[in-house]
Amino acid sequence: MTAAPAPGPSVVFDAIEKLYPGGAVGVAGVSLEIGGGSFVALVGASGSGKSTLLKMVNRLIAPSAGRVLIGGADVTDEPAHALRRRIGYVFQNIGLFPHMTVAENIAIGLRISAQQAGGRVVELLDLVDLPRDFAGRMPDALSGGQRQRVGVARALAGAPGLMLMDEPFGALDPVTRDQLGTAIRALHDRLGLTTIMVTHDMAEALILADRVLVMAKGRIVADATPAALLAGEGGAEADALVAVPRDQARKLAALEKGA
Amino acid sequence: MSPFLDALGRAPPLLAQHLLLAFAALLLGIAVSLPLAVWSARRPGVARVTLGFASLVQTIPSLALLALFYPLLLSLSALVGGRIPALGFLPSLLALTLYALLPILRNAVTGLTGLDPAIIEAADGVGMTSAQKLRLVEAPLVAPVVMAGIRTAAVWTIGAATLSTTVGQPSLGDMIFAGLQTQNWALVLAGCFCAAALALAVDALLGLIEHGIAARKKLRVWAATGLLALGVVVALAPLWASGGNRIVIGSKSFSEQYILSRVIGHRLEAAGYAVEYREGLGSGVAFGAVSSGDVDVYVDYSGTIWTNEMKRTDVPPRAAIVAGVRDWAAKARGVTLLGTLGFENAYAFAMRGDDAKRRGIRTIEDLAPQAPKLRLATDIEFLERPEWAAVKRAYGLTFAEAHPYQPTFMYKALTSGAADVIPAFSSDGRIAAEKLAVLADPRGAIPGYDAILLLAPKHAKDARFQAALKPLLGRIDVAAMREANYLVDRDAGKTSPEDAARWLEKRIGLER
Repeated sequence: MTAAPAPGPSVVFDAIEKLYPGGAVGVAGVSLEIGGGSFVALVGASGSGKSTLLKMVNRLIAPSAGRVLIGGADVTDEPAHALRRRIGYVFQNIGLFPHMTVAENIAIGLRISAQQAGGRVVELLDLVDLPRDFAGRMPDALSGGQRQRVGVARALAGAPGLMLMDEPFGALDPVTRDQLGTAIRALHDRLGLTTIMVTHDMAEALILADRVLVMAKGRIVADATPAALLAGEGGAEADALVAVPRDQARKLAALEKGA
Repeated sequence: MSPFLDALGRAPPLLAQHLLLAFAALLLGIAVSLPLAVWSARRPGVARVTLGFASLVQTIPSLALLALFYPLLLSLSALVGGRIPALGFLPSLLALTLYALLPILRNAVTGLTGLDPAIIEAADGVGMTSAQKLRLVEAPLVAPVVMAGIRTAAVWTIGAATLSTTVGQPSLGDMIFAGLQTQNWALVLAGCFCAAALALAVDALLGLIEHGIAARKKLRVWAATGLLALGVVVALAPLWASGGNRIVIGSKSFSEQYILSRVIGHRLEAAGYAVEYREGLGSGVAFGAVSSGDVDVYVDYSGTIWTNEMKRTDVPPRAAIVAGVRDWAAKARGVTLLGTLGFENAYAFAMRGDDAKRRGIRTIEDLAPQAPKLRLATDIEFLERPEWAAVKRAYGLTFAEAHPYQPTFMYKALTSGAADVIPAFSSDGRIAAEKLAVLADPRGAIPGYDAILLLAPKHAKDARFQAALKPLLGRIDVAAMREANYLVDRDAGKTSPEDAARWLEKRIGLER
């Protein structure tokens, strides 16, 4: 990689709201800007609205009110499928197409927009650290971690500036989780992406992200850098979430000393 | 050669017709149900309606479904000024198509709605349009499930196609119905065997396609598809080869009708016509078929037209009924009554001879007071016919019980003692052979049933056609007809309707 790539686009939530039929609140009026090129983690308990907020960016969920802007343009300016082809999307259940090979899965975004895959599949396999001979395998012949690497490669195939990740490591074992997290962060830096990652794991958010948004009951209750959160500047709800990994780290350190 | 192999020899042309009908219905069923399935899978409200309708269709017995299309197409044809055939291929195709819908629709909807939501989310997430999602993801993933549904539909359709015989579409059912009627069990067995073999072969080939799709083995899919297509081409070949206009001779589902249709056929063949037979037509269907021209010629009975088609309840002398039918058929339907064959086949109440003697019953009048203690066995349609209503009205008859049977089994019920009275057919050979007592009708409640030749409107002025058939008029007396019928209907040493027709021709001096 030579010159630093142009940073990904900014994302703006403008008074965005999602109410479900029956009155349940998904997202209750969120306004904020995510700068181009930043790695933002959305943290919260399940039901806090973090996934809903994320899916309103690529229009998998339609907001009840408000707008989402990517690079200054309203996401509803173009058909949803055209929008999504420019956004990478990775989620917990991966959703590899079981009837396609790894190569076909990775190249699907190019195929549906009538682009030639060329050497792109090999390039992407290299990028996510998978052996090149995986190209011909079927998804059911891969481990969970390998599948999610294919999922990431598929999301990156269209060279998106923006990556949306919904609990991307949720179903993986801790070792794989750590490896893949590190790989994702490296890719983010190398490709100059804007990345929004939803997670319920505060430790993961603190380690990987530049900025952590904490959500509860559809609202943003904390918005700070990992350093500020660790320093207790995020407020009560954020402190409670940060306390868990911090206590674990302390106990582990104490165990190590005692040994 | 064994009777079974002999019967199998009749199968190939029927098998070809059967295959074409079942395939056409299956293809139409697929073409209708797949788009419906996609629509249903997207909208649960639509699914309730489509699956509900398809399930409802399944609850209708297939025989009734076929029968219902006849009046439906007839009225539809009247609306658009005729020329929608109400008999034969079209009603069979429509009924069987409806039958094929449910398994395909249900499997496709279940398959589509049961897809892993993560896969659908991924398809949306990478930016597929809904057409791309259907083509690249949903269709290939549900294909094996849909194929399983198509296999079920194929087996059902091939089985139910045997019933298309009743609306005048040739199928393997011709062998089953004719065999059942004439107690030619080898023929029934051969018909069932061919239908089952066809169903199994098609199911196996479709199974090969299904597994080929699931295992992504394209060669296997193409090979099986090719074999199915080859079957259709082979079945189509005789249709191309024959081409020209054939005279269609109709017959209802009893031995006398099978025999007479062959006699008519032989006359026409001798006059240089190519003929084919539509056998086993329902009694009500047959007259409609000759009116619409689906059938060119067949034998009916004056009293049947008088009561069922003309809805008359009065009973004038035999000659007046024939004349009345002749005028009405020509005016109302354009059907030509060429003439009477010379014998009558009336409903005649019959009892076991010794039983009638013991009870002192010689007429229907004698029967009336004792009837509440007796059991009546009838053919399938008698209890619904106006003649039964007329007899009840005239004599006040009520029986302890009344059960319909196939005609053959009606006689068996009487001779075995399961029933005491039957409405026999006066030209039936079994009356004399089984020593039955025929009860007189002193009040004249039952009209005359002269056998009459009816011609389709297009033959009204066809001198060559009529000349070929005229030698039959007034030629067949009831004794000759009874003997010919008994050749087919007797239990031991029975002959085929074809051979009985030859025997009858010799007997009345019309040998070629």
